Amino acid sequence: MSRLTLLSLQLLVAVVAIVLWQVLSTVPVFGKILLPPFFFSNPVDVFSQIVKWFASGVIWKHLWITLWESILAFVIGSLGGVLVGFWFARQPLVAAVFDPYVKMVNALPRVVLAPIFALWLGLGIWSKVALGVTLVFFIVFFNVYQGVKEVSRTVLDNGRMLGMSEQQLMRHVYWPSALSWMFSSLHTSVGFAVVGAVVGEYLGSAAGLGYLIQQAEGVFDVAGVFAGMFVLSAFVLLIDMGVTMVERRLLVWRPTAADGRG
Amino acid sequence: MTTTAVALEDTKVAFRLGDGRVYTAVEEAQLTVGQGEFVAIVGPTGCGKSTLLNVAAGLLKPAAGSVKVFDRPLASLNRDAGYLFQADALFPWKTAIDNVAIGLEIKGTPRPEALARAQKWLTSVGLGAFANRYPHMLSGGQRKRVALAQVLIRDPKILLMDEPFGPLDAQTRQVMGNLLLELWSADRKAVLFVTHDLEEAIALADRVVIMSAGPSSRIIGDWRVELARPRDIFEVRLDKEFHALHREIWSVLKDEVMKGYAQSTQAEAV
Repeated sequence: MSRLTLLSLQLLVAVVAIVLWQVLSTVPVFGKILLPPFFFSNPVDVFSQIVKWFASGVIWKHLWITLWESILAFVIGSLGGVLVGFWFARQPLVAAVFDPYVKMVNALPRVVLAPIFALWLGLGIWSKVALGVTLVFFIVFFNVYQGVKEVSRTVLDNGRMLGMSEQQLMRHVYWPSALSWMFSSLHTSVGFAVVGAVVGEYLGSAAGLGYLIQQAEGVFDVAGVFAGMFVLSAFVLLIDMGVTMVERRLLVWRPTAADGRG
Repeated sequence: MTTTAVALEDTKVAFRLGDGRVYTAVEEAQLTVGQGEFVAIVGPTGCGKSTLLNVAAGLLKPAAGSVKVFDRPLASLNRDAGYLFQADALFPWKTAIDNVAIGLEIKGTPRPEALARAQKWLTSVGLGAFANRYPHMLSGGQRKRVALAQVLIRDPKILLMDEPFGPLDAQTRQVMGNLLLELWSADRKAVLFVTHDLEEAIALADRVVIMSAGPSSRIIGDWRVELARPRDIFEVRLDKEFHALHREIWSVLKDEVMKGYAQSTQAEAV
């Protein structure tokens, strides 16, 4: 299938869904409107809400806050994950001692931490960053831990035979291996950074996309809720495209499924 | 050739298995490699020939006996040796030229100089135009060439090779064999070359050492290969002397191969 037909088919899905939504929420079928506007709003209202946000410029502030929280959560969570992952992988005893606690904390649904963070860090951005960090940290941590532990024995021996010291092994073998595992989970961890930010905002804040959605919901402004959702999806999509670009740059040395040559 | 590069004296290698039993891989191996000598070790699968090589590299400690490198006992890693592995050992996150240059860079050679010399080595293994490819973009044979350059750029006095051309197809193996002989003849390092291919061993080496089937395998034969150098691997195989020697060694090796095969099938049945 050519790129063009694929793209037009993808577009068609969106068009059909939006048209159906518009028709079902405005035109009665057998004397009854299937999607009552109070619960489902309609595409035109949602769209005009989005336009209003962008035209008046209020949305930028919220987008910026959410983006900033996501970035902070991602950076802090990744940094912590890399450091602790490295430490645990190189010190099996430490890993064994902390193992049950790591599992315990990781099993905890992070949402329940939100009130605690709000209490500790206030309603500003830091309570959201903290929530994102708890999500990102574990993804990066587990990947780096795995990456360091699963360095190929042969590659390691080769490094030793080439005369590498422990420090040089760290730099030329363990580190790139761990980073490659971390980057392979980049999509997931960036996604979770955004989730942490938005959920945190939704549960209590004064700005951000989550706040916007929560506010609209509070006054039964369904168009506002949907508009917030669409802006959020577009926002995540853009970030994801950025991540893909970064990934292509960083993982050039990795074989892709397309050129699986022995 | 008075000095010995590597000497294994009554070397025994044993491993402790998971259930506490001790598995003796190699029993009292006695082997010397002279300076500038090309020695090939041949044996059936699982006879511990790679194990012996790892002992010579210092990657494994022998359970008994000693290893001497240029008459000094080997305490840790063998710093005089370059090791060519059977499996892919290139750093996948480095380009071909970076993979070759790394051996110099870790010794503190400035990067521009290391890169220039790496480029020269890539050219001499026939990959001058592939400097910026990552290992996964190269074929198996090309990766072996890079690995060879990676080892040789450090100019080790001893070359340890563990079935280096094992994963390659038959033609590529012969091409690689000729390349190895050509590079080796330039400065005649001591070589310990492990293979299960007797023809390859005779074609390349000055001496062929045969090991018995494992466990507790030992060295059971040592033949001198008197074929003239420089050799061409394609042609030396047609030589009468080559055939005579091959027949002689094979008559010993054959029994061991059958023994090794019987043991491996038994082990699977248990």
